[in-house]
Amino acid sequence: MHELTIEAGKTERQYWKDLWQYRELFYFLAWRDLLVRYKQTIVGVAWSVMRPLLMMFVLTVVFGKFGKLPSGGVPYPILVFCGMLPWQFFSTALTECGNSLVNNGNLISKVYFPRLVVPASSVITSFVDFAISAVFLIPLMIWYRFVPPATIAWLPLFVLMAFAASFGVGLWVAALMVEYRDFRFIVPFVVQFGLYLSPVGFVSSVVPERFRLLYSVNPIVGIIDGFRWCLLGGQHGIYWPSLGLSLAWIIVLLASGIWYFRRTERTFADVI
Amino acid sequence: MSFESKTMNQPVITVEDLGKRYVIGHQRFRGDGIRHIMEAAVRAPFQWLRSCRERKRLQKEEFWALKGVSFEVNQGDVVGIIGRNGAGKSTLLKLLSRITEPTTGRIHMRGRVASLLEVGTGFHSELTGRENIFLNGAILGMGKAEIKAKFDEIVAFSEIEKFLDTPVKRYSSGMYVRLAFSVAAHLDPEILIVDEVLSVGDVAFQKKCLGKMDEARRRSRTVLFVSHNLTAVENFCSRGIVLDQGRMVFNGTCKKAIQQYLQGLRGVQAAAQAEIIDLSTTAGRPARYRSQLKRLRLLDGEDRPLGGNLPAGGSLKGIIHVDLEAPATHVDVELGFYTLSGERICTAHSAYEPSRTYRRLEGQQVFLCEIPSLPLLPGEYKINVGLDINLSEADCVDDAARLTVLQSDYYGTGIIPVKGVFLLNSRWTEAVEGARLVLPSIASDSRHPSP
Repeated sequence: MHELTIEAGKTERQYWKDLWQYRELFYFLAWRDLLVRYKQTIVGVAWSVMRPLLMMFVLTVVFGKFGKLPSGGVPYPILVFCGMLPWQFFSTALTECGNSLVNNGNLISKVYFPRLVVPASSVITSFVDFAISAVFLIPLMIWYRFVPPATIAWLPLFVLMAFAASFGVGLWVAALMVEYRDFRFIVPFVVQFGLYLSPVGFVSSVVPERFRLLYSVNPIVGIIDGFRWCLLGGQHGIYWPSLGLSLAWIIVLLASGIWYFRRTERTFADVI
Repeated sequence: MSFESKTMNQPVITVEDLGKRYVIGHQRFRGDGIRHIMEAAVRAPFQWLRSCRERKRLQKEEFWALKGVSFEVNQGDVVGIIGRNGAGKSTLLKLLSRITEPTTGRIHMRGRVASLLEVGTGFHSELTGRENIFLNGAILGMGKAEIKAKFDEIVAFSEIEKFLDTPVKRYSSGMYVRLAFSVAAHLDPEILIVDEVLSVGDVAFQKKCLGKMDEARRRSRTVLFVSHNLTAVENFCSRGIVLDQGRMVFNGTCKKAIQQYLQGLRGVQAAAQAEIIDLSTTAGRPARYRSQLKRLRLLDGEDRPLGGNLPAGGSLKGIIHVDLEAPATHVDVELGFYTLSGERICTAHSAYEPSRTYRRLEGQQVFLCEIPSLPLLPGEYKINVGLDINLSEADCVDDAARLTVLQSDYYGTGIIPVKGVFLLNSRWTEAVEGARLVLPSIASDSRHPSP
């Protein structure tokens, strides 16, 4: 028989068990978000390809044509698209994840389930979008007759890093947003600036060597560099200190994000 | 066998010394418009700064929504939880359904729990009925396989087969509620926690819902049921728990619980019959509201204090003093009339006034409500006062005043009307068989000069 004890401050062990029990809810919430996102649109899912595509076009023109920044022998659109992919994933996941709790406020105040399900499934939703737009890389490479190097095998590792980074930061923002709606304004701001601060429209080797480590404080730098190394290889060698720093950062962000989320979670229903 | 009987006798729910504390911040919005707007703009980003600067103005107050509650529920018990608004019923249900954590005490439950605090939690208006059944089911704790197995049953119960693939935003509210309740009704948990959800849908559907609940009872499921509707509690529950201001004041049979509850109300009634009713500190306010409704005065047609009595069909004046927390343009006040068992009979709402104009109001305001003839039959009624700001409820006081409608010769016939709830104006004539029936129009009726 299913037994349950609720006691002030003693829910830890039960929690992870519940998370397993509610595993189908991850799928259902992500499924709902995906279904809803493209309802009443004409081109539907195509939007998840069109957004990065249009962005790629703009950034190629601005940085490649006008800025005449180096591309390391790779067609500039491909270079941009390889940076665009992880960046779009991170930024949409961060935005959606950050808003997820507040947007599902009615659920949180009316029914129990491990709250971690909500931000997690919003990252999953963004991941599906990411996967769809990533497919577009294939025709793009065929068009430019570009053959990716063998390092492409490492790509899943960096995808995982991108996932962990979005989830970690997203958890912080989601939990903080419940009490401080200020983050509703801060997040779009960060996302907008981040696009130019991160090496999306250019390669990070453009940054002077002595600032390179400082630049890598932004965890996305390591991820984007990693994507380019996997997909473009050649001159886009990895700057190892940067990657190490990113990795350490992401682990700290994810661990602390889960910790903070768990700590504040029990009062979500009271403050939301 | 002996093991089984042992577990049977163990309580299904054990609650020990349960308490929930909330910290509520009091803030005052005063001053002129521009200052208020600037303050609001600055308020959010510098919340921490404000709390330093205004520590004196911002008092934090502890509030126990529930304190020291202990009880046991056995398998097959159907327990009604009753109490006035703000008594802690919702908090108790939230703790039992694990939406929020208790501050003190512990709860032990044996069996699968499902709680239904709202009908249609998690419904998404863009999704179709079919999609929402799956989504809602998953949110309520059903697995995909389980939902699939019960899908046809759910659809049949809700009677919306034809609209299964229509987005629920195009549903009528009745269809929406039917679908939502059907999903919930097929949860089939061992312990079911229900909050006032039977009061939805049309009469036929309500009957169906009650039937479903009855079925749960027959299958010796344990049900905890919160309602303001004492008739439903009496019909449905075997046991009753009465809460008052966060404490459990009674735990026993359902009949006695209702008696106890009504007796408790009578104590309030004595205070409510005073000429000026203080609304700022009353217990009838839900915990989520801060007092903006301050005072209520009830007068009769000749502007004399009412003293709690009014002849049937007599005229009634209500004077409501309001102190608005923040300036607002759309301020409405209502008086709601309830039977003692908690059913709303009619409402006098300032928004129903055709000549009403809205302007920006702030601070203290007085609203005057005139009811030329209160069409209620003799009996006791509760009056509840509500305040709506910008079309949503901002404050309300349940059971603010009691009104005894006295017997009177309303129709001027010497017969005292007693049947029903309402006084109805009607016109009767006798017709000779075969002759054409000619009825005088009621509009030209001059028997009752309008007061």
